[in-house]
Amino acid sequence: MEIPYTVSARRDTGLWNAKIGIWLFLASEVMLFGGLFSAYIFLRLDAGPGEWPHGLLNVPVGTMNTAILIASSVTVVLAWAALKMRDLTRYKIYMTLTILCGVTFLVVKLSYEWPQKFEHFGAFIKEDALGKYEQYLGNRHLLEKGLAPRKEITGHLHNKEALNDPNIKEYEIALDPVNADPTNPAMDRPHFWPLPATDKIATIEKEDVQYANMFLPKHSAYFASYFTITGLHGAHVLGGVLVFCYMMVPASFRLYRHNPEHLANRVEVAGLFWHFVDLVWIFVFPLFYLL
Amino acid sequence: MNNPPDISPVEHETEEYAHQVQAHVTKYLMVGGLLLAFTIITVALSYVDFGAVLSHLFHTNLSEGQGRKANVTVALLVATFKAGLVAAIFMHLAAEKRLIYRVLIFTGFFVLGLFWLTYLAWYDPVHR
Repeated sequence: MEIPYTVSARRDTGLWNAKIGIWLFLASEVMLFGGLFSAYIFLRLDAGPGEWPHGLLNVPVGTMNTAILIASSVTVVLAWAALKMRDLTRYKIYMTLTILCGVTFLVVKLSYEWPQKFEHFGAFIKEDALGKYEQYLGNRHLLEKGLAPRKEITGHLHNKEALNDPNIKEYEIALDPVNADPTNPAMDRPHFWPLPATDKIATIEKEDVQYANMFLPKHSAYFASYFTITGLHGAHVLGGVLVFCYMMVPASFRLYRHNPEHLANRVEVAGLFWHFVDLVWIFVFPLFYLL
Repeated sequence: MNNPPDISPVEHETEEYAHQVQAHVTKYLMVGGLLLAFTIITVALSYVDFGAVLSHLFHTNLSEGQGRKANVTVALLVATFKAGLVAAIFMHLAAEKRLIYRVLIFTGFFVLGLFWLTYLAWYDPVHR
C-alpha cells in the first residue's frame, strides 16, 4: 500500500503529512526544553551574589561547537536544496559534511568538555570561615570594587581519597588561577582563554567547608542544569546524526531514483529537527557559557 | 520571501527552476555567515560590563545585580535574533502555510504559561 501525502498536499491542511507531523513534534520539544530553560533561568535569577558559579566552562571550545552546529545547519539546508535541484552528488557531499559536524560536536562534548569537568573540584566555604581563607578568595578586594564575593575555592583535588574518607580532615587543592591570585584585577572577571590550574596548593579544613565535590551534577544547581540540558541536547544531536546516516544508505538512494521529491521531503523534515537542535544551542551557549 | 517551489515535471522548465533554487542557496550561505558573525559578537559582548557602560552613559550607579541583568538581557536579545534568523530562513517560517503558524501560536501560548508557572515559585510561602 502506498502511503498517502508524502509529496502532494492534503487539501484540508494544504501540507504534506510529515511536515505537520514534524512541527507538532517540535512543538512538544519546545515544551520539553522550555520547562528546563525556565527552571534554569529562575534558579539563576534567584541566586544570591557569589552563589552562582561563573566562568567555569571553556568558552573557546563552546564557541567552536556553536560554529560547528551553525555550519551543519547550513550544510543540511544545502543538501536539501541539492536534492531539489536533483543533484545527488552534491547532496551526498553536503549530507556527509553535516554528519561529520554532528559527530565532531558530540566528540568534543563527550571526550573533552564533560571529562574535564569530572576532574575539577570545588569547595564552598562556610559563611563564618570565609575570612580564614581570604588569601584565596580576595573578598576585601572585591568588596572595594563593588563586585560579588567569592564563596568557592576551585582547582584540582590532590588527595582524592579525602572525598570519601572521613578520617582525612582536609582537602589539598592545586588552585585555579583565580584563587591563587585573587586580588589581581585581571581575575575580577572570567577569561576568554581558560588558564590552567596553578601548582600552588591550598589546604582547606573539612570543618570549614559547607559543601565540596567534583564538578558533577550534584555539585550545584548550576552543574545539575548544565548536565541535564547539554545531555538532553547531546541526545538530540545523536538522534539527528542517526537519521542523517539513514538518509545516506542505499535504500534512500533507491527512493531518490523512484521518487526524488519524497527523499527531498524526508531531508527537509530531518533538517527542521536539526535546525531546532541548533536553535536550542543558540540559547544554551550564552546562558551557560557566558553569563 | 518565498521558499523554493516544487520542481516542475516539465523538462525544459527544470533548468530555470535550478536557477531559482540557486538564488536560495546564496541566501542560506549569507545567513550562515551572519550567524557565525553574531556568535563572535555574543562572545565579545559578554566581556563588556553593561552595568558600567549604562552607569557612565546615564550618570547613575548601577549595582552588580543590575549590571548582570543588563548583560543577561543583551545576551538573550542577540540569541533571540539569531534564533529568529534560523527559524525564518532555515526552517522556512518566513513563508509557511497557515496551519503551521496556528500550531506555533498555541505552542507560544503554552510555553509562556509554563514559564509563568515556574515564576509563581517565587511567591511560594513555604520556600520564602
